[in-house]
Amino acid sequence: MKFAIPLAVFIAVAALLYMGLGGDKSRVPSPFIGKPLPTVDLPELHDPERRFTNARVSERDEVVLLNVWASWCPPCREEHPVFVEIADDVPLYGINYKDARDDAIDWLERLGDPYVAIGYDEDGLAGIELGLYGVPETYVVDGEGKIRYKHVGAVTRTVYEQTLLPIIEQVRREATPQ
Amino acid sequence: MSRLMQPVLMLLLLLMALSPAWAQEPGLGADTPTPQTADVPAFEDQDRQQRYVGLLRKLRCLVCQNESLAESNAGLARDLRRIVHTRLEAGQSDEQILAFMTERYGDFVLYRPPVRPSTYALWFGPAVLLLIGIGVIARMVFRRQAPGDRPPLSEADRRRAAALLDENEGRSDS
Repeated sequence: MKFAIPLAVFIAVAALLYMGLGGDKSRVPSPFIGKPLPTVDLPELHDPERRFTNARVSERDEVVLLNVWASWCPPCREEHPVFVEIADDVPLYGINYKDARDDAIDWLERLGDPYVAIGYDEDGLAGIELGLYGVPETYVVDGEGKIRYKHVGAVTRTVYEQTLLPIIEQVRREATPQ
Repeated sequence: MSRLMQPVLMLLLLLMALSPAWAQEPGLGADTPTPQTADVPAFEDQDRQQRYVGLLRKLRCLVCQNESLAESNAGLARDLRRIVHTRLEAGQSDEQILAFMTERYGDFVLYRPPVRPSTYALWFGPAVLLLIGIGVIARMVFRRQAPGDRPPLSEADRRRAAALLDENEGRSDS
């Protein structure tokens, strides 16, 4: 009984510290989850005459993935085969971030182009509008243009199947009235 | 050392142990070196230049998270510095610029978290812990002093004590 209070304090502190161990502290919580995609208006990567806008991302009224990538970014190279594989399952849009246009196009020609459309963000200002702080980042955007989830880092097969796909399927279920 | 002094000294030592923490607050110290603030041309207006540097010190670089925008050399930090610069030039207030940043990067971008219910524990927790500590120490001290803790002396004990004291005094006088 004498040790009840010190023991309780110890357990409380230990629990607090244990919680602090979990999770990656470099991950910044996005203030955009559940909010509309910020205004995007970029030239397209392949055709600078055409515009890549919010309307383009939402043109299909269905859930899509929006992936921010660059040809100079190694994790983007790592996740690319996954996107090539899943391109038939979920529409994929891209924003090419602070890249050289020729490098980016060359990269896609070599590795395959799974993107429906790609905006070209040469100076990185569109990335800042999105609250981007590193590439790659991948957003789940629903049919109404709201951001439902943001993944920082490479989308591996595991990330896709265990994190992104459940969210995509949930958004799809919401969109189809029972 | 008196029994009363011991806990008081302990408390003082604890308070002294706390003080270096103030010196380490990152990004806010006025003497923090800012080698990176010069990558955009300085404002001619001295007041605006000071606001520029002040804002950069308040904002966290999201790539190197222990550096402020004033210190970081990351590409993103450079872009964000440019945005702060153009917005100051456009005549925006500090509040507007900080709001632009928190809308996109959340409160995390601020070195000094805002006071709101979700951060009450952060802001007031240390003071609460200090009060609890003072309370515990005060209780220890007053419990030791409380006369109720000791059983009252019986008349026989009192006489014995007086006898012993007398004996002692007699000896030291001789």
